Amino acid sequence: MIKKVTTHLSQNEALLFERSSPGKKGYQLPELDVPAVDAAEALGADNVRAEIPGFPEVSEVEAIRHFTRLSTWNYAIDHGMYPLGSCTMKYNPRINELVARIEGLAWAHPYAPESLCQGAMEVMARMEAALAEITGMDAVTLQPAAGAHGELTGILLIRALLEKKGNPRKKILIPDSAHGTNPATAAIAGYAVQNIRSSETGLLDVGALEKMVDQDVAALMVTNPNTLGVFEDHIMQAAEILHRKGALLYMDGANMNALVGMARPGDFGVDVMHLNLHKTFSTPHGGGGPGAGPVAVKKALEPFLPTPRLKRVGKKWAYDYKRKQSIGRVKAYYGNFGVLVRALAYILAHGGPGLRNATMDAVLNAVYIRKQLEPYFDLPYSSPNMHEVVFSDDRQARLGVRTGDIAKRLIDYGFHPYTVSFPLIVHGALMIEPTETEGKLEIDQFVEAMISIAKEVETDPEMVKNAPYHTRTSRVDEVTAARKPVLRWKG
Amino acid sequence: MRYLPKSDSERRQMLDVCGVGSPEELFAHLPEAVRLQRPLDLPPGISEYEIVEYFRSRAAENANGYASFLGAGVYNHYRPVLVDTVVSRGEFLTAYTPYQAEISQGTLTQIFEFQTMICQLTGMDVANASMYDGSTAVPEAAMMAVRATGKGRVLVAKSVHPEYREVLRTYAKHQGMPVAEFGYAADGGTLDLEDLERHMDGLTGAVIVQSPNFFGMVEPVKAAAEIAHKRGALLVVVFTEAVSMGLLTPPVDADIAAGELQSFAISPCYGGPYAGILATKEKFIRQMPGRLVGQTTDSRGNRAFCLTLATREQHIRREKATSNICTNQALIALMATVYMTVYGKEGLRELAEQNLAKAHYLAGKLKTRFSGKFFNEFVVRVEGRTPEDVNKALLKRKIIGGLPLGRFYPELADSMLLCATEMSRRADMDVVAEVLAGAAVESSGAIKEVLA
Amino acid sequence: MYPDNFRYTKEHEWVLAEGDTGTVGITDHAQQELGDIVYVDLPKVGAKIAAGKSLGSVESVKAVSDIYSPVSGEVTAINESLADAPEKLNADPHGEAWLVKIRLSAPEEMQNLMTAADYQTYIGAEK
Repeated sequence: MIKKVTTHLSQNEALLFERSSPGKKGYQLPELDVPAVDAAEALGADNVRAEIPGFPEVSEVEAIRHFTRLSTWNYAIDHGMYPLGSCTMKYNPRINELVARIEGLAWAHPYAPESLCQGAMEVMARMEAALAEITGMDAVTLQPAAGAHGELTGILLIRALLEKKGNPRKKILIPDSAHGTNPATAAIAGYAVQNIRSSETGLLDVGALEKMVDQDVAALMVTNPNTLGVFEDHIMQAAEILHRKGALLYMDGANMNALVGMARPGDFGVDVMHLNLHKTFSTPHGGGGPGAGPVAVKKALEPFLPTPRLKRVGKKWAYDYKRKQSIGRVKAYYGNFGVLVRALAYILAHGGPGLRNATMDAVLNAVYIRKQLEPYFDLPYSSPNMHEVVFSDDRQARLGVRTGDIAKRLIDYGFHPYTVSFPLIVHGALMIEPTETEGKLEIDQFVEAMISIAKEVETDPEMVKNAPYHTRTSRVDEVTAARKPVLRWKG
Repeated sequence: MRYLPKSDSERRQMLDVCGVGSPEELFAHLPEAVRLQRPLDLPPGISEYEIVEYFRSRAAENANGYASFLGAGVYNHYRPVLVDTVVSRGEFLTAYTPYQAEISQGTLTQIFEFQTMICQLTGMDVANASMYDGSTAVPEAAMMAVRATGKGRVLVAKSVHPEYREVLRTYAKHQGMPVAEFGYAADGGTLDLEDLERHMDGLTGAVIVQSPNFFGMVEPVKAAAEIAHKRGALLVVVFTEAVSMGLLTPPVDADIAAGELQSFAISPCYGGPYAGILATKEKFIRQMPGRLVGQTTDSRGNRAFCLTLATREQHIRREKATSNICTNQALIALMATVYMTVYGKEGLRELAEQNLAKAHYLAGKLKTRFSGKFFNEFVVRVEGRTPEDVNKALLKRKIIGGLPLGRFYPELADSMLLCATEMSRRADMDVVAEVLAGAAVESSGAIKEVLA
Repeated sequence: MYPDNFRYTKEHEWVLAEGDTGTVGITDHAQQELGDIVYVDLPKVGAKIAAGKSLGSVESVKAVSDIYSPVSGEVTAINESLADAPEKLNADPHGEAWLVKIRLSAPEEMQNLMTAADYQTYIGAEK
């Protein structure tokens, strides 16, 4: 019945500090080729620390065993599918890791003379051009370090443009289906947030938008397809309404995996958007980061982009720091170059036709899952879905089982859970995004697992509510963790 | 395409289940006007070999085989082999954010250890699971201090990394958070404490200093703390050279430590990705941005770890969150954790001592501009030529010289910032000293001729 | 279940008026909806509160809820014991886990609030 996994021995492992012993060493430094210096003399006795209390002391063997054992307690894409909605957990190509480590790229210092950075600058220029083509926009900045960082940059760009026109305005409209970073970002950028409710079909209510957009509204932030995985088919009308009233359209690019090569935000009225390279462009999540959040803009916003910008001077690349209208820097140096290299390698591997095929497979996988699970889970909206599908737990909730419980039981079947309880506009949401890098076998096993759990909910709801059973750790006590936070080892 | 694991027949079976004849039909519901009617203007996909060739060619156009004396926030330190061995494991590399604790204990345990080590290093009570980098950790720390004190004004030292200050300004501009700068002493190269006193007022929520500062000098953190605390402001201490904490007294007088971990096995990588840290005292926990991992038990009573205090964060608090940050730098933080483990308590100290020795050897052959104490970076005034010209001469000897400071500090346009680490070789340092001294000799020689 | 001498709000707060002091808390219905409570954020003593405005918040692991004051006035006391034991709010929301005491500036506001019977009808209807 559960085909994908079985129980397996895994090593126990204590914390580093519990395995430490004074004098154990994992390193050896070369002999100094210059005279040693007395620290107290050179720095002043008050400035020299006694020791680093509690810091680990382990040998190399213990170090490698420690981290290896820890790693075996994780689930990862290399193990199997992550059906997490809006996360686009696709395969992380290993060639990306290799090229990012090539010495001339990995050891490039951001302040090395420009004549010795031409390779890095060429990579960035190539990346900017590729992303501009993919998004249908006019200019791209690679400076932001992550999606939320890109959102902040985007909103600051909007503010700068509106300020130049005489009135930065006061509010940003955000759909109630939006990711939490959207309102958080708007607040940091100094805007008030006004929620716009979705229509009965889960889409942007263009009628409501028409009424809401006034001289105080700076922009609307949308995700397209939205967080239900449904394309906002009135997006061009929405853009028209905003532009008519002097406001702008910001697009959260988290769901670009449904659009690359098939539709371009710049073509349907978007003024500024961010991309998540760690989603659409395959750079590894690494347990929570790093990412990169490039921002693409229409011409009107180009003068405000973060400084510096790349420019061509004869046959060479150079940086332009003389940008009077720029919003300034959002990060030191030029961006998460190492992540850009990985994303560019992904783009080169696919090429134009390949990117389009990937998008089509991503949508095919999601629709295939929807068709097979529709008889077992409630679909809150009937609109066609794209790269992800959102169910609600209504049917199971009547038997006392919620989306979170189903997700935990899915772990016993060998899968990482889907996104639980988001978006908030769906009651007890199950948000599923397979991505294009899942094959038919993996997806069929996922579908079988979900159907099996749906049946378990009917015959044995209590069992499902107390899952998972086969993991190293059973359900953790998040309540005590929050009531009495212990955030470090004390010994 | 090798990343798309479907055969044609499988695709056809799946299309049948979907009730369509071709994948394009799944997009038919999109309005005609939004659909891209032409192929993307990107070349076709290339092979693995060709991808490697492309990037190798780009790498060849950067600096290769040069000895470098650049620091200024990004440092050349040796990366132990174990670091890449560990982070290359698929279970770490391709894992998601550890929201599902039962199947993420590897990542969670490792972050808990990271948080602990940062506390041990900085002398703070609690550290988060990393910020994007040092430069963005600074405005996050400032916003945190403003939240905690209820006072909106920020004072930052001119001796804090110039690009970090730029990022602070960008964030501050729209928060109603006025930022003012105070200076450094022209002779010592450290904080001008009198200038700080002059700028301090009852409306200031945060005073931000960096130690070692951008010039490499060790700052009088305790004195700055007194001035800040006297008027009810919090002290934020920034660091860019993490190795310094192997030897230097940690910033225990600070309320918030914000810094950059790039020195801990994170390749310079032309500016990123890096990992910033934010660490603070117990009482400010709920004001902290970013992810936090906490210890707890599972239902069987075993120790386990999970993300906690999530109600501070964007996915719950939305517009009232402590920050909009979602990503942390987990994989990069893991590199730093492995680095700290490999070196350990004694190793980090020995490493710092080597850095101290190398830099002081080089400085001993030159005339430092500032009289204060420094760790592994210092400023020299160049005589007779511009720093840029000195660097041109050094390039011919396959050496990248120090950072000419004129781009950030017009008053120091005749000076450069030199950094020596455990990777700097004596022979290269001798050449740097020779070329810099040669510049002085040449200039005085030229004057002699004129006077003769 | 719902004390007769309390008055209730639509946002699930209760207030007990004794002379010119109002003791405020959240209802049993509220604590059930929130689940295990992990943290309570209360105003400082001396803070001026207006009826209908937020006076703090209650957190569970995955959610935050604002607490809206049923009455206007000045905070004269807060329940410090909740800092170490927020779980009291789940155990005894109408008694030991009162949140704040307010010196009422407009006692007539009490008439706008629901009686216990009205409140029970209200939450019955909400389902």
